[in-house]
Amino acid sequence: MSSPSHAADSHAAVTDHAHSDHGHGEHREGYDFAHPLPLWILFTVFAALVFLTLVTVAQSNFDFGAYDVAIVMLIATVKALLVALFFMHLAFDKPFNLIVFASSFVFVGLFVIFTLSDSRMTSDAMEPVQDGLVEVAPTVATP
Amino acid sequence: MSTIEAAGPDTHGHDDHGHDHPSFLAHHFDTPEQQFDSGKLGIWLFLVTEVLFFSGMFCAYAIFRMTRPDVFEGCSQFLNTKLGAINTGVLLFSSLTMAWAVRCAQTEEHKKLTALLACTLSCAMVFLGVKSIEYSHKWGMGLLPAGYFTYNPANPHPAGGTNWLLWLCLPFALLLIGVVVWLVVSVVKGNKFQVACAMPLSVVCLSFFLGVGLGAILESGSAEGGDHGAGHGAIASDHGHDHDLVPSQLPESGAQDVGRGGGVVRERLAQDATNTGLQNELLARQRQSELASGTVVELEDEVSGPISSVPQEVLTPSRAGVFFGIYYCMTGVHAIHILGGIGVLVWLLVRSIRQDFNRQYFGPVDYVGLYWHLVDLIWIYLFPLLYLIR
Repeated sequence: MSSPSHAADSHAAVTDHAHSDHGHGEHREGYDFAHPLPLWILFTVFAALVFLTLVTVAQSNFDFGAYDVAIVMLIATVKALLVALFFMHLAFDKPFNLIVFASSFVFVGLFVIFTLSDSRMTSDAMEPVQDGLVEVAPTVATP
Repeated sequence: MSTIEAAGPDTHGHDDHGHDHPSFLAHHFDTPEQQFDSGKLGIWLFLVTEVLFFSGMFCAYAIFRMTRPDVFEGCSQFLNTKLGAINTGVLLFSSLTMAWAVRCAQTEEHKKLTALLACTLSCAMVFLGVKSIEYSHKWGMGLLPAGYFTYNPANPHPAGGTNWLLWLCLPFALLLIGVVVWLVVSVVKGNKFQVACAMPLSVVCLSFFLGVGLGAILESGSAEGGDHGAGHGAIASDHGHDHDLVPSQLPESGAQDVGRGGGVVRERLAQDATNTGLQNELLARQRQSELASGTVVELEDEVSGPISSVPQEVLTPSRAGVFFGIYYCMTGVHAIHILGGIGVLVWLLVRSIRQDFNRQYFGPVDYVGLYWHLVDLIWIYLFPLLYLIR
């Protein structure tokens, strides 16, 4: 990420004015980069996650019909976003990491959508229709 | 640093590691931040491959659920929601302690870091303990993937099977014994570092059995009551369970002649494999009489004629079996990821006792944290998708 520019910088420093302030640690650039997350954020996110877990368990007692899966996925996605943004520091991370991670879900979406539409077009069941309940001897051709 | 190296290849020694280049900074990095960012990009790329890897299983899930939603509703009743919810909470808590541990590594609180890593590890072990209760219970009932599915609603708990729980606990018991022996030996030898490592690790190994106990209590609490009753009731099982569902309205005519004079003859005729037409008719009549007497309840009204009266059973090997195949595959691969996470967390624990991490070098804690959160994130989706189908 920043490494090529860094390397270019230092090489420029060699040619222009060798042994410049770069890298000798007076400024300690690149040495002070830790940004500890405040504890209240961690606890708030955890509380929200537990709350959403209770919500998702509670909602399974009600019948929302076809919206069931949508509601469940919505709650799970909110939880996943909370984990990703705060526990995984994506909200404070370099945008490039966010793009890399988010791009994987683009491809997951493509994969699942294409496979689902294909399977919907080609097959309507995944198992044989006659399913072992009926014991039928191999049919002999009747004369 | 790099300017020196670039300026004089002849003086390109690593002897300056002491003053300018910290010991934790690999020589090909200029600054700790550059090292951290490179590692972080690497772990994100790894997490991308993990997401894509799991998406294959989620896709299989989606296809099968799309084609057979009834199978999912029926089979999901066998998954204990309580255990799943407890495991979700345990994993969420371990995520919290992991994120907190990253913070402690950044703020150089070494004791707290060790404690939080041990806490994360213990949660992982509790998760596995609860999971082993779930798995062994299902294996004992024969709720297995398609080829091995032997569940019989009339006899859900066959006696004399393998004690799967024992086998699942055995490796962890051996591990616990090993760690405790290690602890005793290092106490006797007076090796302080090893004592400091073995103490939290024996607590970690013990927490597996805490999880087993927790799971056993919750499982026994719900096994006799609602969970399984609901499971047997919701699924049409033709073994005469009591259920309050109203059988489909069917014409009663001809429904009762199976077992009487004509029926016997028909039955005998139908034994002949060539007489498929009569076989089908007999089957249809059997289904009808079963439906009429209320011993079987159809999820859908299927009996339409003598030819295609295929019973829509959910609990057959190739239907429930595929569900349990998907269930074991997804939760099993997830459990393998937990095991892998335990491995790297133990490595972190030992390094944190060695006080390797500081505010310029907390990368390993952060990377393992990211991995651990991803494992948690996958469970966040697995739990409602598998356990919470009504």
